Amino acid sequence: MKADGLASIAGIDEFRPRLSFGKSAWQIKAECAARALADAGLDWQDVDALYDCGEAGGMPGFTMAEYLGLHPSLIDNTAVGGSSFELHAAHAATALSAGRAQVALLTYGSTKRSGNYAATDALSTAPPSPSANMELPYGLTTPGAYAICASRHMARYGTTADQLAAVSVTARVHALRNPDAVAGLAALRIKATELTTEMVLASPMIADPLHLLDCCLINDGGGAVVIVAPDLAADRPHPPVWILGAGEATRYLGNHDDITVSAAVDSGRQAFGQAGVRPGEIDVAMIYDSFTITVIVALEDLGFCAKGEGGAFADGGRLRFDEPGGPALNTDGGGLSSSHPGMRGIFLLIEATRQLRGASTAQVPGARLAVAHGTGGWLTTRHVAGTVVLGRS
Amino acid sequence: METTVADGPDAGASRPLPSLDEPDTAAFWSATAAGRLTYRVCRRCGEVVFFPRSHCPADLSPDLEVRDSAGRGTVYAFTVLRRSAAPGHQGRLPVVLAVVQLREGFRMLTEIVGADPGAVRVDMPVRVRWEPHEGLRIPLFEPDSAQAGLNSLHQGGWVACSDSRGASS
Repeated sequence: MKADGLASIAGIDEFRPRLSFGKSAWQIKAECAARALADAGLDWQDVDALYDCGEAGGMPGFTMAEYLGLHPSLIDNTAVGGSSFELHAAHAATALSAGRAQVALLTYGSTKRSGNYAATDALSTAPPSPSANMELPYGLTTPGAYAICASRHMARYGTTADQLAAVSVTARVHALRNPDAVAGLAALRIKATELTTEMVLASPMIADPLHLLDCCLINDGGGAVVIVAPDLAADRPHPPVWILGAGEATRYLGNHDDITVSAAVDSGRQAFGQAGVRPGEIDVAMIYDSFTITVIVALEDLGFCAKGEGGAFADGGRLRFDEPGGPALNTDGGGLSSSHPGMRGIFLLIEATRQLRGASTAQVPGARLAVAHGTGGWLTTRHVAGTVVLGRS
Repeated sequence: METTVADGPDAGASRPLPSLDEPDTAAFWSATAAGRLTYRVCRRCGEVVFFPRSHCPADLSPDLEVRDSAGRGTVYAFTVLRRSAAPGHQGRLPVVLAVVQLREGFRMLTEIVGADPGAVRVDMPVRVRWEPHEGLRIPLFEPDSAQAGLNSLHQGGWVACSDSRGASS
């Protein structure tokens, strides 16, 4: 088969419950891996490249390989928070297109909601990094870090709370079409109804200007993605979903950079450039929505609209799956209304693949091009962006 | 000019304190005991270095000069934490956290005190206010009325942003 891209996503699986009911992160990862390999028409022993960010704990290069029962010849433990999986896909695409391996497995599992904090506890006993030793007296929360960025965005560009809320309203429209998201909201005791701007603004303020409904869910979950080399892309159960381009980049507070500009400026330029695709051609934008501001900033920095106009772009419904004028945003319901078990990056790849297979619950008719864009870490202080442009043949 | 917090025993009592053994930042925290807010300047390229570290992040030079900041600047961006499980926040929410832009050209994460949380604005002038602890002080910032007149243009700009928001929605 002619290689239309660097490598192909051949198998996907998402852990359906939003509460794990006693399963561990390790078990969720193994279960999803088995189903994703079956989805790809491959066997356990076909896997020769293992990607893992270590969210389940341990030293994943050997503990996860051992637990799964793999003997990978390529191991990548890149860990940059929620965007780790976009970096894994990027690295896998490079390695597989170069013939370095044939079948890459990415897995994710988390019991963030029901309370397995083993990995977090291990981190907290480490001595503070220099930057953490400067910041720890102040107690900056994760919503707080994103809220600080939002305050600057509002002051500088006139972005409004209504415009931020529009991202959450759109996510809920898509979530209500996704039975797993609807069941998940019920399991989390959240009423699965359409949201209005007024409901978002009336929800409790968490960190000004972010309300509760500007913040993602916290649930259990997981998933797996199987990426194959071009030679293996054909004759799989599903048509290939090609990785056309990828990029990764870092930003941190520093003394010079505008904190309203994210690393997506650089990761997006790399990914779209390599793919030979313009943002305006994208049918489906899977953009990490830890908070509504995360999406507004990424839409601008990826080039879907001009800097400072992300609020107006998100408002008015053009990001709905059934509306023209912009890409369909987070069609599974996003982290805001479907699933955010601490890291969401793998779901961006999974739902983008569903769309390009024609199998989303909020399907964009004839979708050909998608982008998965992760923001890991924290806007304002430090983050890593990973962008993956995907397309079907 | 220097002020310390006399009315914040709750915050001081529960606030997590930095390690004085962390090699890159120990000198910064030791200097706070004397009410000095220090930053570094690269002797080779002139880069202002903050947070403190062993080298200049612009050229990796280890030759850094320690200077004292006057502790005056503006709120670059901020949030009012209404909900927080962070150590030191129990019983004293809301807490205003901000990135402050110091006049000497560096930015730092800090807490804003002595201000109505609803009155804090981007570009608002602030000055350092020290919270004393055993062996160190934590730099917090408070509104700086002496600077306020100079920054009325910035304040006006912020209000203009608010107005245009209302008009566009």
